[in-house]
Amino acid sequence: MITPVTTPYLSSQRAGRDGFMALLHAEWTKFVTVRGWVIGLLLAALVTVGIGLLIAQGAVCSYGPFPGQPTAEPCTGPIGPDGEAVSDSFYFARRPLAGNGSIIVRVTALTGRYSASGAVQPGQDPLAGMQPGLQPWSKAGIIITASTRPGSAYAAMMVTGRHGVRMQDDYTRDVAGVAGAPTAAAPRWLRLTRSGDTLTGYDSADGRSWIRVGIARLAGLPPTVQAGLFAAAPPDSVASSQAPGASRETGGPSQATGHFDHVSLRGRWPRGAWRGGQVDGSGEGSGSPSLGELSQAGGRLTVAGSGDIAPVVSGGAAPGMPIENTLVGAFGGLIAVIVVGTMFSTAEYRRGLLRLTLAATPRRGQVLAAKATVIGAVTFAAELAGSAVAVPLGARMLRAHGNFILPVSLPTQLRVAAGTAALLAVAAVLALAMGTVLRRSAGAVTTVIAVLVLPYVLVTAGLLPAGASQWLLRVTPAAGFAIQQSVPQYPQVSNAYTPFNGYYPLAPWAGFAVLCAWTVVALGLAAWLLRRRDA
Amino acid sequence: MSSPVPAGQARRSAVAGQPGRLSGAVHAEWTKLRTLPGTSWLLAATIAATAAASAAAAAATSCLPDVACPADITRLSLAGIDLGQAMVALVGVLAVSSEYSTGMIAATLTAVPRRPAVLAAKAIVVSGLALAAGIIAVAGSLLAARLLLPARGFTAARGYPPLSLADGPVLRAAAGSVLYLALIALLSLGVGTLVRDAAAAIGVVLGLLYLFPVIASVLTDPTWRRHLEQIAPMTAGLDIQATTGLSNLPLSPWVGLGVLAAWAAAALLAGGLMLQLRDA
Repeated sequence: MITPVTTPYLSSQRAGRDGFMALLHAEWTKFVTVRGWVIGLLLAALVTVGIGLLIAQGAVCSYGPFPGQPTAEPCTGPIGPDGEAVSDSFYFARRPLAGNGSIIVRVTALTGRYSASGAVQPGQDPLAGMQPGLQPWSKAGIIITASTRPGSAYAAMMVTGRHGVRMQDDYTRDVAGVAGAPTAAAPRWLRLTRSGDTLTGYDSADGRSWIRVGIARLAGLPPTVQAGLFAAAPPDSVASSQAPGASRETGGPSQATGHFDHVSLRGRWPRGAWRGGQVDGSGEGSGSPSLGELSQAGGRLTVAGSGDIAPVVSGGAAPGMPIENTLVGAFGGLIAVIVVGTMFSTAEYRRGLLRLTLAATPRRGQVLAAKATVIGAVTFAAELAGSAVAVPLGARMLRAHGNFILPVSLPTQLRVAAGTAALLAVAAVLALAMGTVLRRSAGAVTTVIAVLVLPYVLVTAGLLPAGASQWLLRVTPAAGFAIQQSVPQYPQVSNAYTPFNGYYPLAPWAGFAVLCAWTVVALGLAAWLLRRRDA
Repeated sequence: MSSPVPAGQARRSAVAGQPGRLSGAVHAEWTKLRTLPGTSWLLAATIAATAAASAAAAAATSCLPDVACPADITRLSLAGIDLGQAMVALVGVLAVSSEYSTGMIAATLTAVPRRPAVLAAKAIVVSGLALAAGIIAVAGSLLAARLLLPARGFTAARGYPPLSLADGPVLRAAAGSVLYLALIALLSLGVGTLVRDAAAAIGVVLGLLYLFPVIASVLTDPTWRRHLEQIAPMTAGLDIQATTGLSNLPLSPWVGLGVLAAWAAAALLAGGLMLQLRDA
């Protein structure tokens, strides 16, 4: 018995799909069936992880050993109320204040001295060889703080070396008051009032008409707080070029002295004298207790101190490493991704495959869009996996070697890790576009590396002047590296805010947008040329 | 039964043909590279990019009163080498990888079966071209700096006499920069022979050059960083440009250039070995 086989007039096979999804599927198939490209992307992810861990292995941070302490200390520091790393080191003349109250002082002068010859060796008298001079952010004034434990919540009114009267609270917030320096002829009056969780700062030129500078709300302030007068001076900031060859020298210690009188207290303050003492949370190990001093004569008080009450910045005096240092391997990954992205388009020209591709899909713009989507998505996925391993594992190894990683919020960590993957994905699309424009793989790879990696190399080399460096990282595609910046700049901390230390001239997403804009322009040019030129 | 060879044909083969003779191979490589329009474009681009980037760096720098002036203006004047080397690397890579992409390599190796001779001939031609382009690029860079810097505040009164090749360190930096470009071309040729694919090879070369300084910048341990700067081909090689602070350099200038030479020699050796062992 033979079953008749009927041959259908039309194939039962579905007609070839013609939508964008089919194009994506075709480009995806082309990508995964070329072993070299898949290996290239895996290599990119592996290089990201591998170099990151190698760096973590080699980065050892320790301070000391200091006199009286035979072993070196790991680098660490206190954490402020908002979770950021802080320097909290100052000389404090204090009394406990129970409940609400206020403190008023008159500042007649702020003087200072500093060691111009750099860091002081252990065992050396820090005051020997100091010369007079104030740091821009040397400060003295009045402060109300939850406790003397470093990292406590606080609000303070102060005069500063070069930035006039300031109200600062909880390390990161900073409000300007009256400008200019206090003198005997033009003294500054400062007032700080506590009412529950609210601290209000005022300044005045005569002690009668007061101007409110700012209000700080310190949640969970205990009933009894420590209040009084303080002085702090950050180390002399050395304006050396940030060349990698030069060691990252921090300046010598400095000291600020505030001259106060007309101290008046309201509220429940204990009787007796001010108690002087050093709050030490500099993260620099021993600190310099001998630089702090309190003297009282009649109604006049002089408070001298060293250190700073401020957030820790990368590259500053206090140790601290930004989390994106675990992702330096992404530079290696970037080069691999650029090579793969370029080949994804130029290989079609070389093998003549493009004629077939364009015969199958005559809408050339869509072919390019499909290619860009596939290479972007695949790169993002591969590099996201690499970042997801490199960041936590690298951070863990760095901590194990005594490094202090500047704490940042989880969203910031995710932005750094995912942003790096996005950076590489966009770079791959840029390479694809340049490959289509130039149709020469080596030329396209060189071009993309020259516009994306070279500016960053030039800037970190420290050869160019600061202005040119900033300009390079604003207008070239290398601006996209800003997406990796995890710690913000603080105007109230003097520091070299350079890419070398992890600071970029543009905000993270703004820098990334510059890279994206370049990529869109390159894609547009590629689409136009693809349509105009014979394949 | 031998037919007489026409006299003209015999003479031609005697001049160019001699298989295995290096001069013939060099002549062949020179012809191949010379007749590629891309080569002259790239060399012109090398010169233009080096001089333009150097001039831009000089123009962006100023020595104003009460601002610390950059110490090493010779190095600053030659900053364009950082960019120009990418194009020289392209010349080196393409000299060999373009033969693989077009299949020309089969013809080349048929004509000159002694493969080391092929690589040696390519090395001679490529380094010669890089030297020639390098001399013009470095001269242009120094000339631009000499014209630009005095107007930017770098005057003899402030301790910056005009750049002059009669000055020993400046001459060393200038000649060394030319040699640096030639060594980059040789390194690229070696990597190109090793990797064969143009895009991958230029990626490897530029990765070797640019990756080390970036990695070194995040190392907190000064000893590690110094070691990395001593072995990095670009950082060590560019030590030749330093004219001030020589005692702080990771390596002395000529030793630094020697490190780059070692990288180039290793790349050429590995490339030559693979050329010998692999099928073309």
